[in-house]
Amino acid sequence: MRPYAAILSMRFRALLQYRAAAVAGFGTQLFWGLIRMMIFLAFYENSSAKTPMNVEQVVAYVWLGQAFLLLIPFRSDQELEQLIRTGNVAYELLRPVDLFNFWYSRAIATRFAPTMLRSIPLLIIATLAGWIHWGGLPSIAAGIAALAAATLLSAAISTIMTITIFWTISGKGINSLLTTLSYFFSGLIVPLPLFPDFLQPLLNFLPFRGLGDVPFRLLIGQMPAGELPMLLAHQLGWTIALVLFGRWLLRRAMAKLIIQGG
Amino acid sequence: MPQIVVEKLVKTFHVAERTPGLWGAFAGLVKRRHRIVTALNGVSFSLEAGELLGYIGPNGAGKSTTVKILSGILVPDSGNVEVLGLNPWKSRIKVVRKIGVVFGQRTQLWWDLPVIESFDLLREIYRIPQDQYMSNKNELVELLNLSVLLDTPVRQLSLGQRMRCDLAAALLHSPEIVYLDEPTIGLDAVSKLAVRDFIKKLNRERRVTIILTTHDMDDIEALCNRVLVINEGNILTDGTLANLRKMVTTERRLTVVLVNEDGDITDPDAEVISREGRYVTLRFDPESIPPAELIARIVANHEISDLFVENPPIEEVIAKIYGSAAR
Repeated sequence: MRPYAAILSMRFRALLQYRAAAVAGFGTQLFWGLIRMMIFLAFYENSSAKTPMNVEQVVAYVWLGQAFLLLIPFRSDQELEQLIRTGNVAYELLRPVDLFNFWYSRAIATRFAPTMLRSIPLLIIATLAGWIHWGGLPSIAAGIAALAAATLLSAAISTIMTITIFWTISGKGINSLLTTLSYFFSGLIVPLPLFPDFLQPLLNFLPFRGLGDVPFRLLIGQMPAGELPMLLAHQLGWTIALVLFGRWLLRRAMAKLIIQGG
Repeated sequence: MPQIVVEKLVKTFHVAERTPGLWGAFAGLVKRRHRIVTALNGVSFSLEAGELLGYIGPNGAGKSTTVKILSGILVPDSGNVEVLGLNPWKSRIKVVRKIGVVFGQRTQLWWDLPVIESFDLLREIYRIPQDQYMSNKNELVELLNLSVLLDTPVRQLSLGQRMRCDLAAALLHSPEIVYLDEPTIGLDAVSKLAVRDFIKKLNRERRVTIILTTHDMDDIEALCNRVLVINEGNILTDGTLANLRKMVTTERRLTVVLVNEDGDITDPDAEVISREGRYVTLRFDPESIPPAELIARIVANHEISDLFVENPPIEEVIAKIYGSAAR
């Protein structure tokens, strides 16, 4: 574990240096959070239809989405993308470590560090403003466990995105495709309970709800904490499946690998 | 038993090709054409522990490909390799633990981190025991004169400084075998000498086996007893440098800078092969006329301001070897 822990902590420390990005991100997410909250408030005020979530829950869900936005696998690892494009990936292969685990450790740090930096101030403000009504202690504990699993799941997806660059050279395509899917199906645009009923089985099956919807609903107590084992099984099951797929993909990539340049 | 055995190594690359122009771009969408480039065409050699092998050849000859296969980064199409008794692409992790690699055109240090943090990270990655790490680090820092560089982020180092740090980084885990792929490329004369000196010490004192690829004939002359020449994926010769030169030519070049633009040089034992302004290059055979004698004669008979003796450039030597191999 030592090398993997070392790369994780190196990446973590490196990312914590980006304070300006955190401040800018914090401002942007606060602004968008306000707009999204107002849209849902207006929507709820003018609708008398029965909804699966009440207005307080939706507002809290929106703010949690803003706070944990960076947990979504936004894009492939830019540094690794650069390494693959220039052929410097040769040096990654010279390390006596399992390449997938090496990159996966990096990905965990890449998701975790900036999310932590931005989420804490945003959560404090949203809580003080009365926008987030937290569930009870068991709900919060269950939510935190689900957030940890969401980090592992998200890192698995972004590692796969990184590996595809061996074929595509540029990560732009896969980044916009998978980011859009993750965004939409994790509930970051519209909370998943508000989707039409016929979509619910699909939403429940896909891995993406584990990135946002599941931890958010646990945290606000909209889903009982007792459902945690089932939900964790869904998140971790997908994580394992994606890790296995990623490892297979990386093996294929290695077999056909051509190191670019000199 | 040899430390490295390479047998009939073959590696081909598929290069996508496209007819130029708009029509070609469309045609490429429908049907891709591939050209097969043979990087290695049955390369075999073996290396004993403690040898320092110069591996030379023109650009695209297959040098880097060989080094990448030996380090387990690339998988060959066919052939067999044993490094320390292991197959490098099947047992990559075991093999890379015992080898050090420096690619002159790349860096293995983390761009944004100070050098010392890169070293510390490597210690974790290679699981180097603390006392071994400290003694290696201290020794390398002293030998390569790195103490003032350790706290500098890698991106702020000059090429020569970076190369010294890269050499140290490749040796922290006490590898038994080191591959140096153009370690002196782009370096100034002082840095080149420092790197060369260090490689020599590494091989003579630490008994590390080294494969050195380079375009710099002076590197080879200063360091290698044995030279392997490769071109277009085939090994052309394998032997000592002196033999290699003798095989091709024994000639040397004497370049003379005349005092007068319209001066002239003639000598019975040397032939003028080129002339540019006051610079005249002559060709001579040191076995028929000792260089000292020739120089003394020319200095005595002509008005000259400077002169120097060189070996024919490596590309020329290789071109000649290749030419004779093709015949």
